[in-house]
Amino acid sequence: MKNEDKKSSRQHMPEQLPELRVRNFEEVPYGYSPEAAVKEAKRCLNCKKPGCMSGCPVQVNIPKFLSLIAKGDFAAAARTVKEKNALPAVTGRVCPQEIQCESGCILGKKGDPVAIGNLERFCADYERDNNLIELPEKASSTGKRVAVVGSGPSGLTVAGDLVRLGHDVVIFEALHKPGGVLFYGIPEFRLPKSIVEAEIDFLFRMGVEIELDSVIGNIRTVNELLTRDGFDAVFIGVGAGLPAFISVPGMNLSGIYSANEYLTRANLMKAYMFPEYDTPIVRGKNVAVFGAGNVAMDSARTAMRLGADRVRIVYRRSRDEMPARFAETHHAEEEGVEFFLLTAPTRFLGDEKARLTGIECLRMKLGEPDESGRRRPLPVEGSEFKMECDLAIIAVGAGANPLLPGSTEDLKTNKWGYIVADLQTGKTTKRGVWAGGDIVTGQATVILAMGAGRKASDSIHHYLTWGW
Amino acid sequence: MYEVIRRDEIVPNIHLMVIKAPGVADKAKPGQFVIIMPDETGERVPFTISDWDREKGTISIFFLEVGISTAKMARIQSGGKLYSVAGPLGIPTSIDKLGTVILGGGCYGIGAIFPIARAMKEAGNRVISIIEARSAYLLYMEDSLKEFSDRLIVSTFDGSKGMKGSVQKVLTKLIDAGEKIDQSYFIGCTFMMMKCSNVTRSHKIKTLVALNPIMVDGTGMCGCCRVTVKGNTKFACVDGPEFDGHEVDWQELFARKSLYLKEEAMAYQTYR
Ligand SMILES: Cc1cc2nc3c(=O)[nH]c(=O)nc-3n(C[C@H](O)[C@H](O)[C@H](O)COP(=O)(O)OP(=O)(O)OC[C@H]3O[C@@H](n4cnc5c(N)ncnc54)[C@H](O)[C@@H]3O)c2cc1C
Repeated sequence: MKNEDKKSSRQHMPEQLPELRVRNFEEVPYGYSPEAAVKEAKRCLNCKKPGCMSGCPVQVNIPKFLSLIAKGDFAAAARTVKEKNALPAVTGRVCPQEIQCESGCILGKKGDPVAIGNLERFCADYERDNNLIELPEKASSTGKRVAVVGSGPSGLTVAGDLVRLGHDVVIFEALHKPGGVLFYGIPEFRLPKSIVEAEIDFLFRMGVEIELDSVIGNIRTVNELLTRDGFDAVFIGVGAGLPAFISVPGMNLSGIYSANEYLTRANLMKAYMFPEYDTPIVRGKNVAVFGAGNVAMDSARTAMRLGADRVRIVYRRSRDEMPARFAETHHAEEEGVEFFLLTAPTRFLGDEKARLTGIECLRMKLGEPDESGRRRPLPVEGSEFKMECDLAIIAVGAGANPLLPGSTEDLKTNKWGYIVADLQTGKTTKRGVWAGGDIVTGQATVILAMGAGRKASDSIHHYLTWGW
Repeated sequence: MYEVIRRDEIVPNIHLMVIKAPGVADKAKPGQFVIIMPDETGERVPFTISDWDREKGTISIFFLEVGISTAKMARIQSGGKLYSVAGPLGIPTSIDKLGTVILGGGCYGIGAIFPIARAMKEAGNRVISIIEARSAYLLYMEDSLKEFSDRLIVSTFDGSKGMKGSVQKVLTKLIDAGEKIDQSYFIGCTFMMMKCSNVTRSHKIKTLVALNPIMVDGTGMCGCCRVTVKGNTKFACVDGPEFDGHEVDWQELFARKSLYLKEEAMAYQTYR
């Protein structure tokens, strides 16, 4: 009986101990062993109507890949996932499974759902680490050319889908490395860059081309891609890369970063390896991170690893409203990050050299729900207090960068600057141009960006075959 | 990788670099910049585009060796390679027929005012270029600037060539002598741009400066280069780099630029 019990409980994911990992950048979870993976996959009840699949934005055939893992055919499992998801080693690590596939798992009603994310990660890692990756069949060349602007998850999905269908695909990326947020935003300890590189490399081996250092809007316009450069279609997946700041005095003191800057320095520029890499980064002792999403958790945990004595998440709502994945908040807490909830900054304080020295904050309480359905935070009169701080990171969201939309005629944007696109097809108001991912929805998730990419690639393929 | 066609130390510590970057050359306009990474472990550093040749697909920049990135670049020989060159970035200078235009340049700014002088001249303006250096042996670009300037006024701090003093001094003299100036434009070290803006402010002469804060991506994604102009936060990389010199919060810019002095010195010394 005891044995039975063990068999049916969720396999634990082995991890680096918090006290060790807070000072290194290596990945936190080690991943399942093959034995643990088989055991975990066997927990699947093979429901007639799999709730897991309807929770997946790209409809991965979850029961099928789980049963292949249960049989020990890990590479086949990985290939099953890849039929619908070009970046399984990435999504296995960063998807919010608890509100997607795993939330639909029947086992979750009474106990723990099947660890679908961990298993997705396992089979993708297994396939890659054992050199079992096979290039799928490619349709014969159609002679059509597609330009993909931006190499985040949405753009990579479009590129992967269309190259398989026989179209020529060129990605244009502003930075010197492809991957979008996967490369510059999400830290090494959560998503190792070698894994991102390997998954992208798979696309290059399929024949996708890339031009790095190419800011579309500047080096070329979208119109020029369609006319001068002879592309038959353009997909725009430039993300929501405009950092938001907080409108309080002292925002431009030295020592206050946007999360984008902080994480870009740390991840893309590898400032955590300074001076081996040339880019410096402020190593704060008393750190405050504003916001409570994944970006905030990533920033807080990076600051810990860069030698902080104290890292605080400062959030104006309560724990229930925190948008981060469960695993991120949990890991951050284990690593000693403190949570100052129902707290908002009113002023950043600096010394004579305009370096940040402290923050004046205010306590908040929750009022009636606002447009977002979350209870609105209201200030508590006279509750001001000061906290010492030499590094502040602002992770309160991101907006649309106007650079590309602003340089493209006939491309409609909404009042926040996001590109208007049909949610079923990704078609924009401009003929021959599609858009998807964060630049359409605002900052969302990797898998939703990939889902948008999938819809756009279906529509682009249809267009290249049949017309607009 | 981008080929370095030519790298010359044209005067002590100031280098001219001609880079093969056909896409950038094709689109470059006066006032724009590129972000360069010398090698894979390097920083992303902005440089003003000083000239371009669309046929040959090349751009030219001038730089001073001041830290690790420029030290690395100063050691690249003609035929060598740069890891990354992205551009052209920033909003180009608006070129109109305005009348008399002053262009003041110091350090790398002597090279950086060149494309603006040329475009302003071609647009039918009367162009007065003023350049400064510590001493005569540090002056460069004089002939090129002369070609597109109605007047080129040279100044040196030690008086070894031209007028003794700086761009700011020459500017004050011109104004005192009754020169009617329709617009002025300054590029160089932050201190010089601030000083010159202070002079033109009291005379209500429209003044533009090309700000040079620290940047990372250069596309508006990180907000590292934020500056306060007329009380509003702007990103120099996408809202600039040109701003009204009379509205810039110079003290904030100085402070933000000096954030990494310690790290910069350490990286530079380790490298050397
Ligand atoms: C720190 C951080 C942590 C996150 N954690 C998670 C997580 O755990 N789970 C999750 O699901 N989601 C997470 N997200 C959100 C997720 O990463 C994004 O929703 C997703 O990456 C959006 O994909 P995208 O393809 O729309 O664009 P992006 O990934 O933003 O990529 C856009 C790309 O386009 C390039 N680009 C921009 N402008 C131009 C131009 N003019 N020309 C050429 N190229 C251009 C950019 O350089 C970038 O490479 C996180 C985001 C951040 C910032």
